[in-house]
Amino acid sequence: MKTADKKKLSLLEPRLVRRAVRDAFLKLDPRVQIKNPVMLVVFISAIWLSLIVLMDLIRGGFSSFNFQIAVWLWFTVLFSNFATAIAEGRGKAQAETLRAMRKDTMARRLSGKTEQRVSAAELKAGDLVVCEAGDVIPGDGDVVEGIASVDESAITGESAPVVRESGGDRSAVTGGTRVLSDRIVVRITAAAGNSFLDRMISMVEGAKRQITPNEQALSILLLSLTVIFIFAVATLKGFSIYSEHASGSNSFATIPVLLSLIVCLIPTTIGGLLSAIGISGMDRMLRKNVLALSGKAVEAAGDIDVLLLDKTGTITLGNRMATAFLPVSGVPVDRLADAAQLASFSDETPEGRSIVVLAKDKYQLRGRELPPGTRFLAFSAKTRISGVDLPEQAGKPGRSVRKGAIEAVHDFVVSAGGKFPEELRALSAEVARAGATPLAVCDGPDALGLIVLKDVVKGGIRERFAELRRMGIRTVMITGDNPLTAASIAAEAGVDDFLAEAAPEVKLARIREEQAGGHLVAMIGDGTNDAPALAQSDVGVAMNTGTQAAREAGNMVDLDSNPTKLIEVVETGKQLLMTRGALTTFSIANDVSKYFAILPAMFAGLYAASGSSGPLSGLNLMRLHSPESAVLSAVIFNALIIVALIPLALRGVRYRPLGASAILRKNLLIYGLGGLAIPFLAIKLIDLLLAAMGLVR
Amino acid sequence: MRYNSWIELSLFFLLLAGLTPLLGSGIAAILRGERVPLMDRAERVIYSLCRIDPGREMGWKEYAFSLLMFNGLGIIAVLVLQLLQHHLPLNPQGLPRVPVLLALNTAVSFATNTNWQAYSGESTLSYLVQMLGLTVQNFLSAATGIAVMAALSRGIARRKTHALGNFWVDVTRSTLYILLPLSLVLAIILSSQGVVQNFSHYLTVKTLEGFNQVLPLGPAASQIAIKQLGTNGGGFFGVNSAHPFENPTPLSNFLETLAILLIPSACAYAFGLLAGSRKHGVSLLAAMFAVFILCLGFALRSELKTDPALDNLPFLEGKETRLGIMPSALWAVATTSASNGSVNAMHSSLSPFAGGITMFNMMMGEVIFGGVGTGVYTMVLFAVLTVFIAGLMVGRTPEYLGKKIESREIVYAVIGVLLPGLFILVFASISSVIPAGLASLSNKGPHGLSEILYAFTSAGQNNGSAFAGLNANTAYYNILTAAAMLIGRYAVIIPVMALAGSLAGKKYTPPSTGTFPTHGVLFVILLIGVVIIIGALTFFPALSLGPILEHFLMRQGRRF
Repeated sequence: MKTADKKKLSLLEPRLVRRAVRDAFLKLDPRVQIKNPVMLVVFISAIWLSLIVLMDLIRGGFSSFNFQIAVWLWFTVLFSNFATAIAEGRGKAQAETLRAMRKDTMARRLSGKTEQRVSAAELKAGDLVVCEAGDVIPGDGDVVEGIASVDESAITGESAPVVRESGGDRSAVTGGTRVLSDRIVVRITAAAGNSFLDRMISMVEGAKRQITPNEQALSILLLSLTVIFIFAVATLKGFSIYSEHASGSNSFATIPVLLSLIVCLIPTTIGGLLSAIGISGMDRMLRKNVLALSGKAVEAAGDIDVLLLDKTGTITLGNRMATAFLPVSGVPVDRLADAAQLASFSDETPEGRSIVVLAKDKYQLRGRELPPGTRFLAFSAKTRISGVDLPEQAGKPGRSVRKGAIEAVHDFVVSAGGKFPEELRALSAEVARAGATPLAVCDGPDALGLIVLKDVVKGGIRERFAELRRMGIRTVMITGDNPLTAASIAAEAGVDDFLAEAAPEVKLARIREEQAGGHLVAMIGDGTNDAPALAQSDVGVAMNTGTQAAREAGNMVDLDSNPTKLIEVVETGKQLLMTRGALTTFSIANDVSKYFAILPAMFAGLYAASGSSGPLSGLNLMRLHSPESAVLSAVIFNALIIVALIPLALRGVRYRPLGASAILRKNLLIYGLGGLAIPFLAIKLIDLLLAAMGLVR
Repeated sequence: MRYNSWIELSLFFLLLAGLTPLLGSGIAAILRGERVPLMDRAERVIYSLCRIDPGREMGWKEYAFSLLMFNGLGIIAVLVLQLLQHHLPLNPQGLPRVPVLLALNTAVSFATNTNWQAYSGESTLSYLVQMLGLTVQNFLSAATGIAVMAALSRGIARRKTHALGNFWVDVTRSTLYILLPLSLVLAIILSSQGVVQNFSHYLTVKTLEGFNQVLPLGPAASQIAIKQLGTNGGGFFGVNSAHPFENPTPLSNFLETLAILLIPSACAYAFGLLAGSRKHGVSLLAAMFAVFILCLGFALRSELKTDPALDNLPFLEGKETRLGIMPSALWAVATTSASNGSVNAMHSSLSPFAGGITMFNMMMGEVIFGGVGTGVYTMVLFAVLTVFIAGLMVGRTPEYLGKKIESREIVYAVIGVLLPGLFILVFASISSVIPAGLASLSNKGPHGLSEILYAFTSAGQNNGSAFAGLNANTAYYNILTAAAMLIGRYAVIIPVMALAGSLAGKKYTPPSTGTFPTHGVLFVILLIGVVIIIGALTFFPALSLGPILEHFLMRQGRRF
């Protein structure tokens, strides 16, 4: 499967639409309908009205009005089914591709030294299997021996192969992926049927979709509103009987009209789209290449208010870089830069390279030919010094250029007969205080100055953190650095807090402490030592490149292994809730207009002088054509609005990182006021059309 | 409206707004258990007599159970007193035994703080029943409301506990330190204005026209003070505070109106303090004031017009001319906003629109000030729904004052908010069709429907005011309104207690910029919106055939 087509499946792709239309009819099954109480009421009303129409036909009568209402009630149910089906459709399409990939592979199980070919389905956790170039890895596991490049495009959609090796943080392999080169031995960690791929299939398919706590709370509210509206309309029958008696005139409170009123009042807009919203939330995560292992985690992501991230690779580029040369007094900076560059030519570490680059960029020192006989000294943890020895050449004496830790350079200078300037110590202490790492440089007995190595904060990360802060999320940087360095990087990156010299148990303790304070904590990690913290956090995002332990412990897996992805995860979580909230508000606000359409239609006949309409036609603010037209227009609007809002349900309400009040104000204006006003216009429009087409009396 | 009416209105709101924080802080201090000098000996005597351990805290179930037992005993006591009143002292008129169903209705009515009066005080109840039965329940039912509010506020303020305080302590302290002193002061002022307070026979006097008139007397002032302060509303005399012996002067009228809203308003303030957010309390109050002023404005606008059905005269029929239109309208809006129910004019005689407002005030769930304690705790249910919807709209699991709102809380909130309304509709609908219901009507047309709707709304929301016109003292109405009163009271109290218990067990979630704040203008507007919309959506169909239809008919010159 290519991600390209996974991502490009447009919202309403014809293939998916065709299938969703078919599914919409299949979902008329009462066993499906009973799961959604709000739509169940519409379903029952549609059946009831159809029976009324049928009985009329049998008796030889036919009411075009009743028939049209019945048709539109069926459409209301179908539209809601369609919304759910289209949301499920994309997931199903993906699940099929994944399933096709999970063909029954053969595994080469190791028992002792001998290899044995067994079906992948027979593998148990703890088994060791061998995979060589071309083999499909039979199940999830950890590499325990060897290194290999693996094609994981099936899972991640990324075509570039990744390296998997034993030990370290890149040991996890996923069943269904293919080894491209070399040989590895994998210890299986998940039995067949419970593998990552299996879980992925069931998640994208929505088969195991559990109702999330928040969705449950909303369902209760919607159910209660449904009940109260049923009672409000049912009791209205009693009041209308009274009024008919009292006035000696007739009302239009027939069973079809009362059923129409119930259907229009109960929150069908949100009720019909509720499951579509939930499913599409998971789907949007997946399109961002994040696999949420539970819907609850997606929802929890929207509530996160503390985020723990690793410094290295997330906040800073992986390595420290040279940012400045600080000469001691009397030494021109060019000389220092020259020496520093010389000492680093052969230094292939990123730090060494950054020194060469800095000297080139700032002091126009280009690379030069080094004479033959030049000797390089590599850095070692023991000597803590590196450099180059140039031989005598063209009258110039030989040089021994060194760079390294202050103490190491001090020893070198002193042993070369030079004097180590005390000024350099002060300078280096100052650099360290600013959170950077000083490297001393000397040319033989002359100590020249310092190279300043700094952690370089990723471009744009500050803005990302500012965005998180506007979302109400506090960021905590985790680093193994000393507090001084950590503080300086924290300030530069704009994180709110940091945790220095962090060991796994310190991370865990910090998460517990935040949670005890009532915070919801997200954590991003990849290593095995992150696993406890990932498990403890409310939203644990494991990098797909990470270890199996980490992937098991988290409740989301980022297939792109991109730590700043969490921002999008949070956005998706929030969008999910916001979409529900917005449509609920919209749905309830709609009811006002429906009252003003249907109530005057029902009761305009009361106390009416013959030929004219009665006093309650004063409520007919929209000046609708006739009572029949008014009721029918409201029912049609109620059905069509579901279709109209399907794209919004699938895409989600847009989230912008503003304060809660600003977001609320905006959404209230759009969905609250809009929900009040739009139906007035739309119902009037439908009414005009119905009258023009002669569909109503 | 003349300038003196404006002055009176301004003075009213200034006094109410000024006294609220003062009294509210006092109530909060008392519910926190702070020692009250001099009086605390009495408190300790009560505890030792009743074998109450004031230090023992209760979980929500025990608290609710104690409350139900306490109110149940109250109902039985009032019932028995009425059934035996002809054998008991302080019955100078020799009034006979009260019929069982009427007695039951009255007992339920006073124990639930409704004070729906199917009886007429002067012709039915002895002084002893009025004092020992009704007045005692006036205090205790109000104290019960305060106790529930206190327990709820503790549920919000406390973390990870099940302890919500001790019901007996809350009731004792509320009665002893809040209700009794205030009532005493008001009773003395009222009797200085001429409200009667004696144990005499009714007086028979000869009028100027030469007819004989019976003047009912009795210990009125003591009951009136608490019926106003405790949002009870059950008058000593049948016509309630329209009676000159209950409400003789403009000053007594002003003070009695103020007393209706005083404690409910202070309770909202106290709730904020107790729940740990004064700002939230003030925001709840702001919502109450805003809706109140809105309703008053609409009512006055309609009342100050002339009646097209009565030769364009002012709407004065059925009102006390001593008091006039503005004070009558103010009282009507106040008494239905707070679940008081006392009247100084017959609501049946309000203009249809203003009559609709008094009804809608109750239909909103008695949260615009509402009853003593009950107003705030019911408002909290609406606040829970508000933060839930708002929380969804800002993309965050909703929190209410630091406590997460989940399915359980929503269940409790919707039960408390919707169940009373549901029963009101059902009872009213049935009554508007069956003969037993229709037999009591004295008016035809939409006005008759309003009478029925009003009766059940008043009972189901524990207001107790009557639209008048409906003969409620029939077996049918006595049973059905009693049922409505019980549902309206306990279908709210029990979910509120469960909510308190559930919130108490939660940990505290500190607010962040992503949290929707439970104070400030936006919250107030949203809360008002939720209250009005839930009330309107539930009752608009019913109202459309009652007051709304009548309003349109009146514009065509037809009245009922």
